[in-house]
Amino acid sequence: MAGLTTRPLRGDTAKSQRGSEETPFIKWLLICIALGFVGVFLVLPLINVFYQAFHNGIGFYFESLREPDTLSAIQLTLVITLIAVPMNAFFGMAAAWAVAKFEFRGKALLITLIDLPFAVSPVVAGLVFVVWFGRQGFLGNWLDAHDIHIIFALPGMLLATTFVTVPFVARELIPLMQANGTDQEQAALTLGANGWQTFWYVTLPSSKWGLIYGIILCNARAMGEFGAVSVVSGAIAGQTETIPLRVDKLFHSATSAAGVASFAVASLLALLALLTLVIKSYLEWRTERAYALAQRSESNSA
Amino acid sequence: MSQHFNAMPGFRRTMGFTLFYLGVLVLLPIGGMIFKVFQLSWGDFWAHATTPRALAAYRLSFGASFLAAFVNAIFGTLLAWVLVRYSFPGKRFVDALVDIPFALPTAVAGLTLANLFSPNGWLGQFLVPLGIKGAYSQLAVVLALIFVSLPFVVRTLQPVLEQMEREVEEAAATLGASRFRTFISVVAPSLLPAVLTGFVLSFARALGEYGSVIFISSNMQYKTEIAPLLIVSLLEQFEYSAAMSIAVVLLVISILLLAAINLLERWVSHFHR
Repeated sequence: MAGLTTRPLRGDTAKSQRGSEETPFIKWLLICIALGFVGVFLVLPLINVFYQAFHNGIGFYFESLREPDTLSAIQLTLVITLIAVPMNAFFGMAAAWAVAKFEFRGKALLITLIDLPFAVSPVVAGLVFVVWFGRQGFLGNWLDAHDIHIIFALPGMLLATTFVTVPFVARELIPLMQANGTDQEQAALTLGANGWQTFWYVTLPSSKWGLIYGIILCNARAMGEFGAVSVVSGAIAGQTETIPLRVDKLFHSATSAAGVASFAVASLLALLALLTLVIKSYLEWRTERAYALAQRSESNSA
Repeated sequence: MSQHFNAMPGFRRTMGFTLFYLGVLVLLPIGGMIFKVFQLSWGDFWAHATTPRALAAYRLSFGASFLAAFVNAIFGTLLAWVLVRYSFPGKRFVDALVDIPFALPTAVAGLTLANLFSPNGWLGQFLVPLGIKGAYSQLAVVLALIFVSLPFVVRTLQPVLEQMEREVEEAAATLGASRFRTFISVVAPSLLPAVLTGFVLSFARALGEYGSVIFISSNMQYKTEIAPLLIVSLLEQFEYSAAMSIAVVLLVISILLLAAINLLERWVSHFHR
């Protein structure tokens, strides 16, 4: 009992500490270290892209973007993305419906399978298609005989890009649709809606932000994929070069002008990354606000 | 849960499409490569997969990925802690920045990091005179891998920290524990599963990384050549069997890591119920 009195009660100072906070010195020290890490590893590299891109002036910047090979790389990237992203979005919706709305054996295994392309090295993702469609591949002779080009051509690059971006939309939609449950769908079905109507008018509106979120991330990866695409592309300028491959080609050219041009082309992808982050933050802010509003109205009605 | 009777339509159709899509696009291609490698004799496979050059590449890939994941485990934990526990101006902005490595294509990351750490770069001009070669060296590989795997620990830890009950820490403080003691004996143990999950996620991502590393590394055999790059080099020399053998080694490791991540995630959600 004597021990208690030797410990003074520091009422006013202890109040702000709550016993579970660090001293202000430690707190600001930790904040500064964290911000330093973010500054060196995240902010500086991003700023450097734009700084280097405009190194030879704004005229040179736009000139290097207008080069025919660069323009064709931009076009190819857009074509691949416009096919790969909708395919994976459609897959994501189907997979999320099957996984989130039903109970079945092996569900965990199926989710792991959907995640598999994230775990595989991009290089391996490209290689598996060479094994099938390359000159020495399973279908190599047959494709050669029929003059069909898959490797070192658009179809191979499309397959590789689609492979590495398979999980994005499904991963966002599955937890969301699981959390939403099936009550609303059951109600719609009871009222006479068919499956498509239920999906279109009930499921889709309640999970559309998750869908958009997944599509945004899928799009960023599809446009920026390098490893898998480089294995199957052959990087023929003006033909099978995407934007990231164009950056690589320019970077490895000997001239310093090409070096600056590689940053100019890279700045397009950096802009895409910034845009992705802005949309992502906006969607997260929206979801948070909707959640807070729902909680408030719940507590009001209670 | 209506497990016995589910009136929801479309199971067969969506499940059928899901399995078809995954089968054609993911399983069949991967299976084809494994089938091809199985046609090699065990001796051939082993010879291809364990050449001195391959062993050097694995060593670098594993070592650099481990270091990168370790650095991210420490700084990622710190960053998650700061973002969840403290308030400071620009916090939301910093939180959004953490996703840069997910959004920025790896080729761009490698390009700009190589420039930053080169002798004329913003960081290299100070570091290179000190003997720190952050570009075209083994350190360069680690730096690129830190960048690409940076968000995993932060993003795994944030929700766990948010859900943690601070009453436990207050109780520890009430019982006379110092803040440091409380952190070591109360906070750290409950964060460990999530940190470990983030660490393995980082490691798995770093191990497969290709794009950023080839820009910043000098890509020299036995020295700065990572395993994915070795696969590409062998492929360019039409050494298909050797390329596939090493690819299968990486693939098996990826699948094992994926399984480990699943187990860890289950552990984390069990821990925080």
